[in-house]
Amino acid sequence: MNQLYGYRRENGKVGVRNHVVILPVDDISNAACEAVANQIKGTLPLPHAYGRLQYGADLDLHFRTMIGTGSNPNVAAVVVIGIEDNWTKTIVDSIAETGKPVTGFSIEGHGDLETVRQASWKAKEYVQWASELQKEPVELKDLTVSIKCGESDTTTGLGSCPTVSQAVNRLVDAGATVFFGETSELTGGENLIADRMATPELKDKFMAVYNDYINEIESQAVDLLGSQPTQGNIKGGLSTIEEKALGNIAKTGDKEVIGVLEPAEAPSNGNGLYFMDTSSAAAECITLMAAGGAVVHFFPTGQGNIIGNPIEPTIKITANPDTAETMSEHIDVDVKGLLSREINLTQAGDMLMNNLHRTVNGRLTSAEALGHVEFVMTKLYRSA
Amino acid sequence: MHKFLIHNQGDHVGVATSPIKSGENVMGVYMDNEKTIEVTSHGDIPLGHKVSVADLAEGENVIKYQVTIGESTKKISKGDYVHTHNIKTKRW
Repeated sequence: MNQLYGYRRENGKVGVRNHVVILPVDDISNAACEAVANQIKGTLPLPHAYGRLQYGADLDLHFRTMIGTGSNPNVAAVVVIGIEDNWTKTIVDSIAETGKPVTGFSIEGHGDLETVRQASWKAKEYVQWASELQKEPVELKDLTVSIKCGESDTTTGLGSCPTVSQAVNRLVDAGATVFFGETSELTGGENLIADRMATPELKDKFMAVYNDYINEIESQAVDLLGSQPTQGNIKGGLSTIEEKALGNIAKTGDKEVIGVLEPAEAPSNGNGLYFMDTSSAAAECITLMAAGGAVVHFFPTGQGNIIGNPIEPTIKITANPDTAETMSEHIDVDVKGLLSREINLTQAGDMLMNNLHRTVNGRLTSAEALGHVEFVMTKLYRSA
Repeated sequence: MHKFLIHNQGDHVGVATSPIKSGENVMGVYMDNEKTIEVTSHGDIPLGHKVSVADLAEGENVIKYQVTIGESTKKISKGDYVHTHNIKTKRW
């Protein structure tokens, strides 16, 4: 394999992109952030729908997602804009712990126009500074990779997910960190994941997290029959949630799981394979994993999910020959040869690892080239 | 040339890797041991959809990946198209 090159940040973490993010603390600061990004080329605004009157665990998650996103090693520097000082400062101070440049601006007492003026000067300074940063040689062990599949069908379980498994095992063997999640979509195979937890304590923690999620769904006095599997899954041949889950689990490799993370939580147990408690909705899941520090995402798809993320390059893999043909502009790694048995899993794994190398070294993913920047916050319950 | 794949020996269903027509005699390959099996399809089966390689009574567990993926809601014969019309989840 060719040498990998990445951006080694002030805290030693390695990124593969070099974004200057304009981060709104709350929904009403989106306009100012977008105005700054419109003014200063090469910056990346991340508008979102939340951040007001949240409380408790939901507010904690909001902060964790904001702070994690700004702290992600794919981000060189951050301009934070919020309506008021306090929450803005909370986010700025935490991102500053990474050592990267970050400055906050609050709108109250100044208005949008003055805030945009000041923030634009800072954004210009950051983007010119970041444009001179150089990549340096890095190794696989420096990378954090996340995995999540979508618009699954039976071909994901047959081909694209086992391909990702190949890469996951190789990455973990090389000392990298990998996140998987999708709590409710483990249903029917949750015991298989529980059995891979490194310690009895982790196994208990995982089952508690899993049961909480299922209880939450059931507390809505519904079951998931109408939405799991989805209509797209059923069209693709998946008949039950168990069948979907087993295909999903087929992408997680066979290494032991060394941590159970809260949504958007950064790992603290060293490098290896982690489970993160997430929604199975693609944009929410990848947003949480990027906030946890993932710098590249593997996304196996069957029927053709087109998801991307603004800060984390998303590599799409399909084994469905129809999708590979009809949606080719979205597919980075085509492993349909697994279904026709023209290639084997080792070769498919080689193809994905090769694409990972190219993506790390700067090749835009299909989702990046097509402008997919789905940044979606997970909200636990309604605001006060 | 195979027209369907089965994950593991002992599974009750395989997945069509090309569309299969009703009445067609088709070969499947077990991915774990490379053994082959032939069935006569009893229905049109789209790519990615399942064909039964076993005879199942109503209410039996349906096995794929060596794991239960649901139960039959009616009798299923070898060669039958298997989907939401004749199997359902055991979870809800």
